[in-house]
Amino acid sequence: MHIAVITKSVPDTEAVVSVDAGGKLLAGDKLVVNPWDEYAITEAILLKEAHKAKVTILAVGPEQHNEALKHGLAIGCDQAIRVWDGALEGHDSLVYAKAVAAAIQKLGDVTLVMFGRELPDIASDAHIFQTARKLGWNLLGSVSKIEALDFAAKTIRVRRLVEQGTEVLSSRLPAVISVLKGINEPKYPTFIGIRKASKTEIPVWGLSALGLDAAAAQGQAAVTGYRELPKREGAVEIIEGASAQDKAAKLVEKLFAEKVL
Amino acid sequence: MTTLDPVLPIALSDEHVMLRDAVRDFARREIVPSAAQFDESGDVPLDTIRKMGEMGLMGIETPEEYGGAGMDTIAYVLAMIEIAKADASHSTVMSVNNSLVNYVLYKFGTEAQRQKYLVAVASGEKVGAYSLTEPMSGSDAATMRSRAVLNGAGTHYTINGRKSWVTSGPVAEVIVLFTMTEPAEGHRGISAFLIDTDRPGFARGKKEPKLGIRASATSELVFDNYECPVENLIGEPGMGFKIAMTALDAGRIGIASQAIGIAEAAYEASLDYARQREAFGQKIGQFQLIQQKIADMKTRLEASRLLTFNAALAKMRHPRYTTEASMAKLFASEAAMFITHQAIQIHGGMGYSKELPLERYFRDAKITEIYEGTSEIQRLVIARNELGLR
Repeated sequence: MHIAVITKSVPDTEAVVSVDAGGKLLAGDKLVVNPWDEYAITEAILLKEAHKAKVTILAVGPEQHNEALKHGLAIGCDQAIRVWDGALEGHDSLVYAKAVAAAIQKLGDVTLVMFGRELPDIASDAHIFQTARKLGWNLLGSVSKIEALDFAAKTIRVRRLVEQGTEVLSSRLPAVISVLKGINEPKYPTFIGIRKASKTEIPVWGLSALGLDAAAAQGQAAVTGYRELPKREGAVEIIEGASAQDKAAKLVEKLFAEKVL
Repeated sequence: MTTLDPVLPIALSDEHVMLRDAVRDFARREIVPSAAQFDESGDVPLDTIRKMGEMGLMGIETPEEYGGAGMDTIAYVLAMIEIAKADASHSTVMSVNNSLVNYVLYKFGTEAQRQKYLVAVASGEKVGAYSLTEPMSGSDAATMRSRAVLNGAGTHYTINGRKSWVTSGPVAEVIVLFTMTEPAEGHRGISAFLIDTDRPGFARGKKEPKLGIRASATSELVFDNYECPVENLIGEPGMGFKIAMTALDAGRIGIASQAIGIAEAAYEASLDYARQREAFGQKIGQFQLIQQKIADMKTRLEASRLLTFNAALAKMRHPRYTTEASMAKLFASEAAMFITHQAIQIHGGMGYSKELPLERYFRDAKITEIYEGTSEIQRLVIARNELGLR
């Protein structure tokens, strides 16, 4: 009974994002735990408490990702692992998925992998599908509730949010799931958890430790640069009139004239 | 613009930084959104207080075996600042539990008292209170009128009298009570007791309507032939005043931290406003009269911080730190009044409006100059310790 929850540090959603002259993205130095991952981490801890499972929290990235991993430890994850290697610099989502899948396989006994719904910085969830594909496990995306989990019988039943409503799905384990906001109320770290986390050395697994070669770190897509959106030009016009009705009538006329209506 | 972390007389450990960031995040998400509403209604925010307990905020310095987090005074100061910055009322409840109740029970309580009461308060399961003041006795504790009389069999004290201004009085389940057992002895006749609020003879009196910290409920307590078993006496008979004052030394570090938190919130809001608000064709922060305010506010804020960390370090390193705690509390509380006053002035009419929290910071700051020893008492304590004269 081993659950792996995958996290990533992302720029603070309150950060002001800009692009420098060289096409490099600037989003401030401050990284936060992906807010979607907070639900995945809490859900993993709730499953741990209900099923006496072990929870490993895992991140792919340089040292600044330790903060997200320590956050996970402080909430109650049993161990943290950071996957990183200089060769992974600038990786695409497929390389990321290969690294995560290799780390899951190295852990050996993981039967449930959990992700937050998406990465808010690049608004993508491709890495979740790719990880499931690399592992060859079922993917249950956009889960709003885990209805039943049986590690012994190797089954899971979840409620998924789909476009027209909800779908209840059963799957065999091992499986990969991504969770939605609202599946739980994210836990806060406890002070005792913080004390333990701050003393924990987080191991770093490089490519060779994962049994991957340099070719595995070769992405198929690369970001070549960013550009700012063109500045939006707008103007404010105050509509004058004798009464509210008068003003509304003038507004409607203008909206027709501008072909908004 | 880069904002440097405040300079502290010590380097913060990873543990301290993680704790500060976790408390800041919690306060921003859970406390800030409803602080104005609880201030308006005067209701006690029991839900967030429970969550604070779950995190470990109600027993920061209490050892783990007694339900606490087993951290140090620096951690306590950091956490208090962050909570007070979001809402002073929450930090008042936290301060009483940590400094006044847990500290007394850990330092002076028997093992049985620790197991029964300390664990419950430090783990956040029960709210604690500390009751020294009476309607006719404040700073002059020796004139208190409440009495505890030991029965002939020596099994119970019968307690009668009224206590006032009890923080968390309306909701507390564990109360550290100071009352007179030997009236002829003056302050040496005061003893400390643990009160179970579900025993007969205990009642909660009227809730005080207050200027500030309105979501921290304050009330009278009424004892009418309340039978307190002798095993609930804390320390020895007559030790009460010493216990009360020892707790207040620790408490004053908490109040200094609370004052810093309130002041920091007001200062940061002022800084933002002075950078954005325009008048006479320029940012108001470009006017020298506003710059003077900002400079004075920042200087007093950082001086408060240094004095408070100094007191925290003194508590961690020395058995007596009364002067250090009093200096921190005196300076930080007066600085908080100055800073919240200037913050309203910088904001003008917006500062006076309830649309922004500036007026709440101003009202909340005032209590820090009064409770756990007024500024006047702090000056007496500091001067007497310095002069060696009574």
